[in-house]
Amino acid sequence: MSASYPDYPIPAPALDAQPFWDGTALGKLLLKRCTDCGEIHYYPRAICPYCFSSATEWYEATGRGTIYSFSVMRRAPVSYVIAYVRLEEGVTMMTNIIDCNFDTLAIDDSVKVVFHPIKGGFSLPLFTPA
Amino acid sequence: MGRACKAYIAGAFEHPTRHAVDQSVAQLHAEVARGALADAGLSKDDVDGYFCAGDAPGLGGLSMVEYMGLDVRYVDSTDTGGSAYVVHLGHAAEAIAAGKCSVALITLAGRPRAAAKATLPDYDNDTPDTAFETPFNQMIVNNYAMAAMRHRHEFATTAEQLAWIKVAASHHAQHNEHAMLRKVVTVEDVVNSPMISDPLHRLDCCVVSDGGGAIVMVSPEIAKSLGDRCVKVMGQGEAVKTTNRGQVDLTFTAGVKSGAIGFEEAGLTPADIDMVTIYDSFTITVLITLEDLGFCEKGQGGRFVSDGNLISGVGKLPFNTDGGGLCNNHPSNRGSMTKIIEAVRQLRGEAHPRVQVPDCTFALAHGSGGLISTRLCSATAILGRNDA
Repeated sequence: MSASYPDYPIPAPALDAQPFWDGTALGKLLLKRCTDCGEIHYYPRAICPYCFSSATEWYEATGRGTIYSFSVMRRAPVSYVIAYVRLEEGVTMMTNIIDCNFDTLAIDDSVKVVFHPIKGGFSLPLFTPA
Repeated sequence: MGRACKAYIAGAFEHPTRHAVDQSVAQLHAEVARGALADAGLSKDDVDGYFCAGDAPGLGGLSMVEYMGLDVRYVDSTDTGGSAYVVHLGHAAEAIAAGKCSVALITLAGRPRAAAKATLPDYDNDTPDTAFETPFNQMIVNNYAMAAMRHRHEFATTAEQLAWIKVAASHHAQHNEHAMLRKVVTVEDVVNSPMISDPLHRLDCCVVSDGGGAIVMVSPEIAKSLGDRCVKVMGQGEAVKTTNRGQVDLTFTAGVKSGAIGFEEAGLTPADIDMVTIYDSFTITVLITLEDLGFCEKGQGGRFVSDGNLISGVGKLPFNTDGGGLCNNHPSNRGSMTKIIEAVRQLRGEAHPRVQVPDCTFALAHGSGGLISTRLCSATAILGRNDA
């Protein structure tokens, strides 16, 4: 089990991604979908990367997914797990898996989002075994 | 005479330093430029095209053109990270074919070891992706480790198979007097080295070194006057792969595309290639690239690299016969210039006798730039001996 956490760099979001971070601060994982073509993309952008429409809207994800890949970073002051999590909505996001046994973690494990407050008023969307 | 081609590599030079304590970055660029021009039998005043990437100090190529006292009519500072120099090679061939320049100089140099600095993309709020990656403590090594982990999951690739890539590099590096790591290592040495980021061990990672390299490319007319050490550029391809709007797939790179484009332009297939030089930032980079380029089926890379198959004189496909980034050097944390240079040595018959591939006619040099699990530019060059 990991009892302590690494230092997290503070996000420097682009203007069109700010609502994502406003959402995590409120405990919501927000994604962007295009109301013209219907596609969901990640990371969130103002312009749909499928059809170039400006008609993109925020909506709240379930926060559930599975591990697509991960790695335990051992050569760090505090070991941590970087991962790609494939959300139920079909997009994959980079994150950390926390509060888990590093040695039994596996690809395809089910995980759920947890919001981890850091400096600067930001809250990071991290994941933990579901 | 052989096949026609757009351009030739007339000169190549690798800086012998691995630790540039008292040389500036601009100085290193100029030193490799001087070396490559001397190797070509050309002078600085012959250069009319200059190519460099983000390792060159100043704005684009401007500071280096000034520092070296060049007078050019073509400049290209495309930066795709470690693959930039194979990208430049293709762009220079096009520029030469279009008559925009006739003697193109491409330089790479840096001193990350002396400056104790590794490189990750700039972290600012104009770059749209970093806010979704950097806060999670993404490093270079754990980015590559995630690709290795997924490959292991899908294809049962083992740590021992990855280790064979390092073993092959070390067998070659023992003959390179400039290589940082000349000790021959075993599979056991690799898998017993400290775990850095699962499943990558310390010996799965390339070295950090100072130094650099340069090549000089010329038109076919000029090549004819310079003699048979000129190497043919048969084909080149480049492509970019990203996180694809959230549809992440870590099992392949843009090498699938860049390789296909390069082979098509060359009119060749993997079966025609006598040796390869592949940017080996990590062992996994080589394994996935070999699959992507078509040297084996997707998922069979582990088997392909095993049992010394990449060792010159032992296996079917000699790779990185200078020791590569895993053992020789990794100037400016960018590995594709040195890959071009070793391929040129092989095609000239000037590699170390213990690693020289007999009758080497066609070689492939491949670079990957950026990060394998997020955004990566792959570039592939197919090169041929002067009479190929």
